[in-house]
Amino acid sequence: MVRPIAFLVGLGFAGILLYSLIMGAAAYISEPPAPTAEHEFHLHPKEVHFASDGPFGKFDRQQLQRGFQVYKEVCSACHSLHQVAFRDLQDLGFSEAEVKAIAKGWATEVPSINPDTGEAATRKGTPADKIPAPYANEVAARAANNNALPPDLSLMTKARHDGPAYVYSLLTGYQPQPAELLKKFPDSKTPPSLHYNPYFANLNIAMPPPLAADGQVTYADGTKSTVDQMAKDVAAFLVWTAEPKLEARHRAGLAVIIFLLIATTLAYLSYRNIWAGVKH
Amino acid sequence: MSFPWANHYAPKHPVMQWIDERLPLPRLVYNAVGAGYPVPRNLNYFWNFGVLSGAALGIQIITGIILAMHYAANGAIAFDSVEHIMRDVNSGWMIRYAHATGASFFFIVVYLHIFRGLFYGSYKAPREMVWLLGLVIYLLMMATGFMGYVLPWGQMSFWGAKVITGLFGAIPVVGTPIQTWLLGGFAPDNAALNRFFSLHYLLPFVIAGVIILHIWALHIPGSSNPTGIEVKGPQDTVPFHPYYTAKDGFGLGVFLILYCLMLFYAPNALGHPDNYIPANPLSTPAHIVPEWYYWPFYAILRAFTFDIFGIPAKLLGVVAMFSAILMLFFLPWLDKSPVRSGNYRPAFKKFFWLLVADVLVLGYCGGSPAAEPYVMISQLAAAYYFAHFLIILPIVSRMERTLPLPNSITEAVLEGKSGATLSTSTQA
Repeated sequence: MVRPIAFLVGLGFAGILLYSLIMGAAAYISEPPAPTAEHEFHLHPKEVHFASDGPFGKFDRQQLQRGFQVYKEVCSACHSLHQVAFRDLQDLGFSEAEVKAIAKGWATEVPSINPDTGEAATRKGTPADKIPAPYANEVAARAANNNALPPDLSLMTKARHDGPAYVYSLLTGYQPQPAELLKKFPDSKTPPSLHYNPYFANLNIAMPPPLAADGQVTYADGTKSTVDQMAKDVAAFLVWTAEPKLEARHRAGLAVIIFLLIATTLAYLSYRNIWAGVKH
Repeated sequence: MSFPWANHYAPKHPVMQWIDERLPLPRLVYNAVGAGYPVPRNLNYFWNFGVLSGAALGIQIITGIILAMHYAANGAIAFDSVEHIMRDVNSGWMIRYAHATGASFFFIVVYLHIFRGLFYGSYKAPREMVWLLGLVIYLLMMATGFMGYVLPWGQMSFWGAKVITGLFGAIPVVGTPIQTWLLGGFAPDNAALNRFFSLHYLLPFVIAGVIILHIWALHIPGSSNPTGIEVKGPQDTVPFHPYYTAKDGFGLGVFLILYCLMLFYAPNALGHPDNYIPANPLSTPAHIVPEWYYWPFYAILRAFTFDIFGIPAKLLGVVAMFSAILMLFFLPWLDKSPVRSGNYRPAFKKFFWLLVADVLVLGYCGGSPAAEPYVMISQLAAAYYFAHFLIILPIVSRMERTLPLPNSITEAVLEGKSGATLSTSTQA
């Protein structure tokens, strides 16, 4: 009884699917989907390399400090770094005293209460604090940015495909809208409040070019701060904010794999040894 | 179970004797996975995946219990608590990546285990119950994996939960109330997150229980083998320990190497970047995709694009998706060929490899955006998937001329035709 029923059920499912296939194909041929500007002009991130790439990758701490400086002097005006605490910055090679000074001198103060009245107040940052956000809440952030919300950057390089290259490409990818695009898609002109950037998913991003000119940041270590250099540095810094334990992971992985290779070799030899007398 | 020639448990140490007389637990272990369980001598490496699945469950339970010590199942802080594990908990990053990668590797070894069973006819009499219990484990795994993916409360967690529970909304009349009841609200929120966490903690132990039944049912007839013919005498078997414990030890080592390469060097490769964005009910991701291990079924769900006889396409898709798994429960009665192993079934073997390719194609389409040509390809592939099990297998099992079987496992082994490789019999 099972098989005749199965036969009918199978015929039913396969029939419906093939019918859908034919209908779908007919619709596709009679009305092929219209091309979109996003589909034709969106670019994959540029090829860029970081010291942290690859199985033996380590952070370039000098670069991370430069990237932090770019974040502090440029990005932090609008973007929060919610997951990172000031104390974490010691990882970048800052001393305890330097971290204390960075926390204390941060442009935004930490929300707090007045110890006498209990009213809302702010205080200077300490190393134990998470880096304070530039806006009190989403409404404030949107109000200050033409209704666009600057996303938190802590996990940005893991929250986009090919994240580090994406950040670098986006920061260096601002350009005038190609004439070819406007000719082909006259309705897709970038609105006046947005900015054309082919590395952004829908091509038009609310963020104005943040790294506009060479020398915008004066690096403490004397590196020449071209736009390209600043973009690379801040992308490297955001790799660290998203994955601060990357070096520990690479190190532990090497030890684990070496151990497993030895253990597996021994397991293989004992397997061969035990089976030596048995044909199988 | 045991063959008459199985080793008998005879504790030598007085302490073990004392225990055995009062609680014969050592005896149980000895007979289940020790020297007291005779196993065909010709098993190939595809028989490693049962033990590997058990090991993967063990890894998930241990890492999961530790994660639960630091995780907070509350919509307001769940995402940040996962990041707290990644940043502030000692070696928390390792535990979390071990758990996330471990889920993928659990499914990898279970899929290989299932396809091994499909190829070698392990679902056939007298092992139907082993197959049925295995499918129950698989269904429980899918539920557990889905709920686990919701817990980090990222964008894919939230929207995945919304889409999957939305499937129940396709049921006529009672669909929406059922969906609301499952979620504890009209959309995924704190109530849903809390119950998913509770169930995600519970179900692995249910899986462990069903695994005990799965092994129990297996030990009644004993393990099958690559020739598919039954054990005839002591010369056909070796004791599980030390022979297969040694082989499984080697297999486990290879598994752990691959698993750790992924864990330490590409921990996010199998996940979706959107899940590093906190859940936001007001912003729908461009492409909502489940984890890779659901992709074939997701492709079947989305392959139904037209209403038929007034039945909405969504309902058809949901019914088909569940049928795609549930029909496997009937497999022992659909494939009636008396020959078990695909090595001796030339026609079956061709269709088997077609099915493997078909499922891979479905998986690829399931992970791609719901646009052409992926929808059309998945319609064709889904049609073959159903036809394979419901139409082709029953016909093939009746029509095909199978190759002559060896007289015994030992004879096959001595002639070098143990079926230890998948392609042995093509030349034979």
